[in-house]
Amino acid sequence: MSKFRNLLVCTALASLAAAPALAEKLGLGRPALPEEIAAWDVDVSPDGAGLPPGSGSVADGEVLFSENCAVCHGEFAEGVDNWPKLAGGDGTLAREDPLKTVGSYWPYLSTVWDYVHRTMPFGGAQTLSDDEVYAIVAYILYSNYLVDDEFVLSQENFLEVEMPNAGGFIVDDRDGVEVPRFSQPPCMNDCKDSVGITMRAAVLDVTPDETAAGETASEAVQVAVAETTVPAAASAPDPALVAQGEKVFRECAACHRIGEGATHRVGPILTGVYMRAAAQAEGFRYSPAMTEAGEGGLLWDQTTLDAYLERPADVVPRGRMSFRGLSEPGDREAVIAYLRSFSE
Amino acid sequence: MNDTPNTTRRGFLKAGLATGGALAAGGGGAAANPDPLITEVQPWATGLGAGVDATPYGLPIEYEADVIRRNVPWLTADVISSINFTPIHALDGTITPQGCAFERHHSGAIDMRKEDYRLMINGLVDTPLVFTYADLERFPRVNHTYFLECAANTGMEWAGAQLNGAQFTHGMIHNMEYTGVPLRTLLEEAGIQPSARWIYVEGADASSNGRSIPLEKALDDVLVAFRANGEALRMEHGYPVRLCVPGWEGNMWVKWLRRVEVMDRPVESREETSKYTDTLADGTSRKWTWVMDAKSIITSPSPQSPIVHGHGPLVIAGLAWSGRGAIERVDVSLDGGRNWQSARLAAPPQPMALTRFYLEIEWDGSEMLLQSRAIDSTGYVQPTKAQLREVRGLNSIYHNNCIQTWWIKPDGEAENVEVS
Repeated sequence: MSKFRNLLVCTALASLAAAPALAEKLGLGRPALPEEIAAWDVDVSPDGAGLPPGSGSVADGEVLFSENCAVCHGEFAEGVDNWPKLAGGDGTLAREDPLKTVGSYWPYLSTVWDYVHRTMPFGGAQTLSDDEVYAIVAYILYSNYLVDDEFVLSQENFLEVEMPNAGGFIVDDRDGVEVPRFSQPPCMNDCKDSVGITMRAAVLDVTPDETAAGETASEAVQVAVAETTVPAAASAPDPALVAQGEKVFRECAACHRIGEGATHRVGPILTGVYMRAAAQAEGFRYSPAMTEAGEGGLLWDQTTLDAYLERPADVVPRGRMSFRGLSEPGDREAVIAYLRSFSE
Repeated sequence: MNDTPNTTRRGFLKAGLATGGALAAGGGGAAANPDPLITEVQPWATGLGAGVDATPYGLPIEYEADVIRRNVPWLTADVISSINFTPIHALDGTITPQGCAFERHHSGAIDMRKEDYRLMINGLVDTPLVFTYADLERFPRVNHTYFLECAANTGMEWAGAQLNGAQFTHGMIHNMEYTGVPLRTLLEEAGIQPSARWIYVEGADASSNGRSIPLEKALDDVLVAFRANGEALRMEHGYPVRLCVPGWEGNMWVKWLRRVEVMDRPVESREETSKYTDTLADGTSRKWTWVMDAKSIITSPSPQSPIVHGHGPLVIAGLAWSGRGAIERVDVSLDGGRNWQSARLAAPPQPMALTRFYLEIEWDGSEMLLQSRAIDSTGYVQPTKAQLREVRGLNSIYHNNCIQTWWIKPDGEAENVEVS
C-alpha cells in the first residue's frame, strides 16, 4: 500500500500545481436584475422568509386538492398506488415500515409550501397562485387533523402551526457513533465459527426479468426501422408534426402511456384513442363523467380532442383529468398528430 | 424474435449447458479437432467491413445489447420520477460510459439548449450575477474523476436479500471524468459576504431539486461541470450543466443547475427533510447525512454474471469507493467472512472515485460465499449489514454501505444471499 500512498501524495501535489489560481475577478457574467432575482429566488425558509403575502382556507383547499392533487395523492391525501401519502402515519416512525407523511414526518411547514408552490402539481408546476398554495397547504394540514375545517392559513399565522415531528431530527452523528466503531483493524482469519445462509433473494423473486427487457428493446428497434421504410399513407399525419407532438406529449406522459407495451398509469393508455369513443380503454377505471360522455356518443376526433386538450373541464365537466390544458393551438395539433400515429 | 441472438450472459450459460460445452474443465486441454474458426477462412477475413461514417456517433456492437440501464418497475409510481441502474455487472475498469450510467429524475429529464441556459448567483454576495453557458467556458477549467452514488443505492437490501443482481443492488452509481469550473471561482466572482454560511442550489426542471450545502464544502471541491468523459453531459445527467459534490450523496449533484443562492442558513427543502433523511430504530431521524461511506461490491461473478468457464483460473472483479477519501485496501472473502485476503487494486486509488480491484483464484467448483470489504484512507472499514442494523435499526432506507454476499453454486450460478 505504501507505494500507492506515495503515488497519492504525488498526485495531490500535481493536482495542486495544476489547479488554476485566480488573483482577481475575470469580469464575466453580468449583474442579475431585481426582476430576474424575484422570478427565481422563491425558496421559503423555516422562519417564513420568502413567503409571499396571501391566504387560503381549508374549504377552498379541499376543492383545489380534488382538482389538482387527488389524482395521485387521493381525495383525502391518503395516496393512490405508489404515489406519496400526505396524511396519516401518526406515531409510526419507531415502528416497522414507518409511514412518513406531512403530518407524521415533515419537520417544517415552510417545506410543504415551498414544494407545492414550485413543483406541484406533477406536470403542471408553478401554475398555482400563492393563495391557491396557501389553501392546498391548509387542506393538507386539515387532512392530518392538525387544523380544523374553519382554518385559514396565511402569511401572518404561518409560523403558529406546530408540526408534530419538528423535534424528530438530529444532525448526522455518524462521525461520533459509527466511524470509531467501524474503524477497528479488521479480522483476517477465523473471524467467525460458522457461516450459514439466512436469506435468499431467489425466494422473494422480485428481480425484473432481463430477457424480457432485452426483447422489448429489440422490438422497439424493429418498429423504428419499419416506420422509416414503409411509405406513409396519404392520410397519415405529417411525420414532422408527429415528432413535434412527441415532445409535447411529455406533458401528458406524467399520467399517460402510449404505444407498444403501454400500461394504464394515473390516466388510461392512449394507444388507439384517436377516432374512438370516450372511455373505451379496457381495464381503466374512468370517472363516472367520462363513462357517461362515452355512452353519450363523445368521439375523440380532431375537433373534440382539440377542445378537450385546450380545457378538459369544458368538454367533460367533473372528469378526473387534472390537467391545465394546452393553450397553444400548435401544441394541440402536434400532440393530436402524435396520438393519431398510434391509431390504426 | 427467434433470430435474435441470445446475448445475455445467463442465456450464454444456458446455451452452453444445452450443448454440454460450457462447464467442461476450463482451459489447458488438447483439442480433439481443428477449430474451424482458425482453419476455415471466415467472412470477416475475406470480405470488407463497414466504412468510416457507418455510424457517425458509434454505439456498442449488437452483441452487447444486454449491457443497458434497467429499472425496477415496482419501486416507484412512475418512470418520470424514478431511477434506473447502471449495468455494473457487465462493465470493467472504473469509468462509466454515459450511455449506461444510471438516471434519477424527480420531474423527468428536461430538454434544454445551451443557448437557453442561465446560471444565477444571488443572496449574500456583493454583486448578484447571471452567467450564460458561453460565460462558463471562459473561466479556468479543471478535470476530476468522481463517483456519484445515490443515497438509496442498496436501500432495498436493508430488510433482507431482495434483488438478484449487482446492477440492482449496487447500480445507483456511476463514475465519470468531469470538466468544469470550481464553484469557488464563480462565488468569488460574485463576492461572498462575511455572514455567508450555506449555499442553496437548484435545477431548472420542475422539481428544482433544491439542496442546501455548507459554504465550506462549496468552497472546497464542488464543481460546476459541463462535460463528462470528454463530451457534453447527456440530457439525463443534466445537460448542459450540473453540479458535482464529490463524495456526497447523488441527490445533491443538482442537474440543469440554474441558481446558487448564498445564505446564512439552510432552506430545509423537501429533498433534505422528508427525503434523504435516515430514520433510526427509536423513530428519530438523522438529517444532513451527506457523505457516502466506504463501500465495495464484487461485480463478477455475480447473479447476472455467473461463472461460465468451469473450473480453473477465475478472475473475481469488483469496485470500491469512499466519500471520505481514497480506497486504501479491499479484502475479499470466499467463505462468507470467516477468512479474508487482500485483493489487487488495478490502479492507484483516487479520492472520491471508483477503484477497481481483482482477486485471481483457482476455482475448484466448490460453493463460495463471496464478499468484499473496503477500507479507506481514514481507516474506516466497510461494515456488515448486522453491524449497521445494530446502530440504525431496520427502518433505514438510505446510506446502506454494508458488505454484500454472493452465493456461488457448483454450476457457476450466483445468488444474492444474507449470511450469519
